[in-house]
Amino acid sequence: MVIHGVYIVSKSGGLIFNHDHSIPRIETEKVFNYPIDLKLDYDPKKVSVAFGQKDGITVGHVLNSINGMPVNGSTLEDGRNVKEVFENANEFPLTLKFARPKMTTNEKIFLASMFYPLFAIASQLSPEPKSSGIEILEADTFKLQCFQTLTGVKFMVVAETTQAGVDVLLRRIYELYADYVLKNPFYSLEMPIRCELFDTNLQALLEQMEKGGVTTI
Amino acid sequence: MSRQTSRLDSKKVNSELLTLTYGALVTQIIRDFENIDDVNKQLERIGYNMGIRLIEDFLSRTASTRCLDMRETADKIQQAFRMYLNVQPTISNWAASADEFSLIFDTNPLTEFVELPADMSTLRFSGVLCGCIRGALEMVQLEVHCWFAQDQLKGDGTTEIRVKFIRRLEDAIPAGED
Repeated sequence: MVIHGVYIVSKSGGLIFNHDHSIPRIETEKVFNYPIDLKLDYDPKKVSVAFGQKDGITVGHVLNSINGMPVNGSTLEDGRNVKEVFENANEFPLTLKFARPKMTTNEKIFLASMFYPLFAIASQLSPEPKSSGIEILEADTFKLQCFQTLTGVKFMVVAETTQAGVDVLLRRIYELYADYVLKNPFYSLEMPIRCELFDTNLQALLEQMEKGGVTTI
Repeated sequence: MSRQTSRLDSKKVNSELLTLTYGALVTQIIRDFENIDDVNKQLERIGYNMGIRLIEDFLSRTASTRCLDMRETADKIQQAFRMYLNVQPTISNWAASADEFSLIFDTNPLTEFVELPADMSTLRFSGVLCGCIRGALEMVQLEVHCWFAQDQLKGDGTTEIRVKFIRRLEDAIPAGED
């Protein structure tokens, strides 16, 4: 029973709220000798593993720190280039920490606006007239369930594939939205939601759901 | 008016509190604007802004589906009045084209202790109700015109709100529903 996150997309397709609930944090630290037996991809924004996964470091993970010193993009905090450090045999052995890349807010906004046309296309591809858009999108590691209100706001929950009762949860989130967001006179419609009461009540709802299942909410 | 832990019993407040608060609001607006036409406009605007938010509350509580004809809409509006004001208007006076109807109120909680002064005969005291209906329906892509046909404050036997369908806002209908 795991809910990874909640997203709300406004009628015009912008992400107005997101909440990460339980994203497993995967981090691996390991000592390396020269030369590094991983094929790394040096992107100016991040250094990631391109090939050769081992000991829990998988393809796609990004380099977080060297000897405990955080890595910013492709440079170390003291200004040295990561690639140059790795090519210098005198620096070794090095303790490298790899982790799963975290989604930035910009990427989340980008993905949310990407889902919007997919939802619209799905309803047009339908062989039957008057179809809804995507309601459930399932993958092998998660499922995304979407609920669109009559006014066009989309509520989305990303959860484990086995999570039951997400539709009930979505309706309850809608109730919280109607209560704590729209009755807040300082919230203007279609704008990002920054309402503390909504945050705390949503958090409580998600915890209650994880502890007691659907029947308790 | 947020929901309590048991959802069957939503928080109840005494209607007199609403009546008096609303009265205070109207008095303040009259003091601020003086011109009765402006006051009517402001009340309608306040109602509209309430309506566009209140509709979400209505939908999340009732799990209503989209209305596909005006009679359904009338039923939903009646239900909303029962929910929010605890009054049950009667629906009548359907136009032959089925796009216009009246909501008849025997009592109006907003005007409970109100007498209209003689110099304010053009004031639409409960103007928020019309604005609210218009705003709420606009959010579910229905454009309507809404006005008072009779008003007990003005000596009529009942209070009557007319609602007239103008058009469906086709381009505003969310994808996946059109």
